Amino acid sequence: MRTLTPSSAIDHRPSSLQARLERVLRVIRSIIGAPDYDRYVAHMESHHPGCAVMSRDEFMRQRLESRYSRPGSRCC
Amino acid sequence: MGKLLSWIGWLLVAVAGAGAFAWLALSRGEQVSAAWLVTAAVCTYLIAYRFYSKFIASKIFALDANRKTPAERLNDGRDYVPTNRWVVFGHHFAAIAGPGPLVGPTLAAQFGFLPGMIWILVGVALGGAVQDFVILASSVRRNGKSLGQMAKDEIGPVAGFTALIAVLGIMIVLIAVLALVVVNALSESPWGVVTVGLTVPIALLMGGYLKWIRPHRVLEATAMGLVLLIVALYVGRAVAANPELAPMFTMNRKSLAILIMGYGFLASVLPVWLLLAPRDYLSAFVKLGVVFALALGILVVLPPLQMPALTRFVDGTGPVFAGKLFPFAFITIACGAISGFHALVSSGTTPKLLEREPDARMIGYGGMLLESMVAMMALIAACVLSPGVFFAINAPAGAIGTTAASAAEAIRNWGFVLQPEEIQTLARNVGEASLLSRTGGAPSLAVGMAHIFSNVLGGSTAMALWYHFAIMFEALFILTTLDAGTRVGRFMLQDLGKHLWEPFGRTSWYPAILLSSAIFVAMWGHFLYQGVIDPLGGINSLWPLFGIANQLLATVALCVGTTVIIKTGKQRYAWVTLLPLAWLAIVTMSAAYTKIFSPDPRLGFLAHASLFAQQVAQGVPPKGVKTLADASRIIWNDRVDAAVAAFFALSVLVILADSAKEWWSVVRGTKPAVSSEVPFEGRVAVAGD
Repeated sequence: MRTLTPSSAIDHRPSSLQARLERVLRVIRSIIGAPDYDRYVAHMESHHPGCAVMSRDEFMRQRLESRYSRPGSRCC
Repeated sequence: MGKLLSWIGWLLVAVAGAGAFAWLALSRGEQVSAAWLVTAAVCTYLIAYRFYSKFIASKIFALDANRKTPAERLNDGRDYVPTNRWVVFGHHFAAIAGPGPLVGPTLAAQFGFLPGMIWILVGVALGGAVQDFVILASSVRRNGKSLGQMAKDEIGPVAGFTALIAVLGIMIVLIAVLALVVVNALSESPWGVVTVGLTVPIALLMGGYLKWIRPHRVLEATAMGLVLLIVALYVGRAVAANPELAPMFTMNRKSLAILIMGYGFLASVLPVWLLLAPRDYLSAFVKLGVVFALALGILVVLPPLQMPALTRFVDGTGPVFAGKLFPFAFITIACGAISGFHALVSSGTTPKLLEREPDARMIGYGGMLLESMVAMMALIAACVLSPGVFFAINAPAGAIGTTAASAAEAIRNWGFVLQPEEIQTLARNVGEASLLSRTGGAPSLAVGMAHIFSNVLGGSTAMALWYHFAIMFEALFILTTLDAGTRVGRFMLQDLGKHLWEPFGRTSWYPAILLSSAIFVAMWGHFLYQGVIDPLGGINSLWPLFGIANQLLATVALCVGTTVIIKTGKQRYAWVTLLPLAWLAIVTMSAAYTKIFSPDPRLGFLAHASLFAQQVAQGVPPKGVKTLADASRIIWNDRVDAAVAAFFALSVLVILADSAKEWWSVVRGTKPAVSSEVPFEGRVAVAGD
């Protein structure tokens, strides 16, 4: 049984160089705060099958809007 | 046996740390290597993390890896997402580390390196890291509730409302003072203006690339942006060297202030994907990169500190900012020791990402230790400059005059050595017309960083590039706080204003967006403009206000933390948050009192206003002020500042009183100690865990 961690969305074969690279890039992306669409889709598929899934554009716009509308996303 | 070895190891760390502290405290007259500061810092962090944070984690919160976190229970693939702890750590650190820990310690170096160092290390171990950790852990146990919400739920509606208004007030002062730092760093510097100015079109370009050319390829766009930043650095140099172009980009402080206000307004009304988000990606990269590079540079060079342990300015006569060591060192250095603003991050995105409860220790407490390390590096970078150079850069023109000769004279009178040629040569080496009175901390930090970096790479010929790289890095940092802050401030205003006039609160109705953005920019713009026309340079009066505001927010956070601890039945450990709370209350109240009521016009806002009023009544413009109209405006500003300081002090009292009332009734038993934690939900053991 697989745990539903974010990394479950990507290829786990350790031998694949591309998969490893993809994992590194994914970590960098999440550190700088870029929204992770694949993770969202994986979540929707596993937890809410059959529900409407936002398109990539829609997801990105919605994530950025929410990030810049509350204090606490940034500090002095 | 293993246990014994471990104890011996920790004993050695403790002895090394204590030894470094003693060596630094007892050093008199001779130069001290930065290695001692680094040793003292690292040993303090190790001990504090290993013992104190573990104590808090196990005794107060009993953090439990088998208890489901909000990220697991509420996983929605968007806000609540269980995330690897190192990723959360990086994200959290990038969010809390801003220009604060760079500027504060630089300014506080006027007291010598020792007061700043002790406050940064003791403050972080017992105050700042505790605050971040306690708020993070409390929020994790409450589904990731925000600080304001927790203040309302745990303490009461009065505290909640005060916290809300306090956050708005802090944003205004914070943005104004940070904008002033950028204005001071860029004034009369065509190289700086061009390089920093180009970061805006670079961000727009990245935004367009992400929207139309290669949608959502964030890392590609960021890599492109980084390359363009380097290009901007060289373009700036070319423009500054061109006799026709250079004057076009040589700007005074007033025009820069107006430009920055325009930028803040644009950032607030433009779509986020176009400007804010791409700038943020760039800034996070540059931030993490430079912090590592600076740490590496300091470790490789281990420069000797030119600044003495203590200067004569502990008596309050310092030129960089007025006021004695107590309380002003503790106000000036907020970020790096304890920063209330972090409580907003610790109760914002971070608690919704934790995969396991015990991660809160590493991310909350550990993240703040790393930020404290940044503050120590800024302190070191300021103290590797000779005191003469440091004061020539950081003292306002009102104190040292406007020529190298007058500066050297004034600095000699303070008992430090500065040859007029020394500061001129340095200015030429870093590619600036003059370095005199570049107050705000950014230029002197940039000189210090250029000094360290050029020692590693490039030698003195690369000094100018390193200097402007550092200026660009600081400005990028600051402008991402400024633009995101203006947008958040606009939303907060709209949220408050909708109770008066409903359409004002519509966040996607353009008239409301434009109006609320203009109002918020005018609010911080007022303080910025006041700083620009201030003959003492503005940092002098604004930075203490910011410090008081930030510590006010820390007071709110620690009150919330204490209430949480008492209500979950851990009264006997309430001293963990009460100790830093008591210290902060003393510091903020005495600083606010001094800033308002001190009879010394250099220090007290009201005394300064009445001194100017007298001179205006006699028809003579005060020293350093051109017209009587300007003088009248400064008098008005002084009174506004006094009112703002009074408001912050009053807020501290309200929060304290409201919290104390709550604690008293719980301790006496008139109110049941009901924990508002979300009940325990165990994790189902999963194969492969």
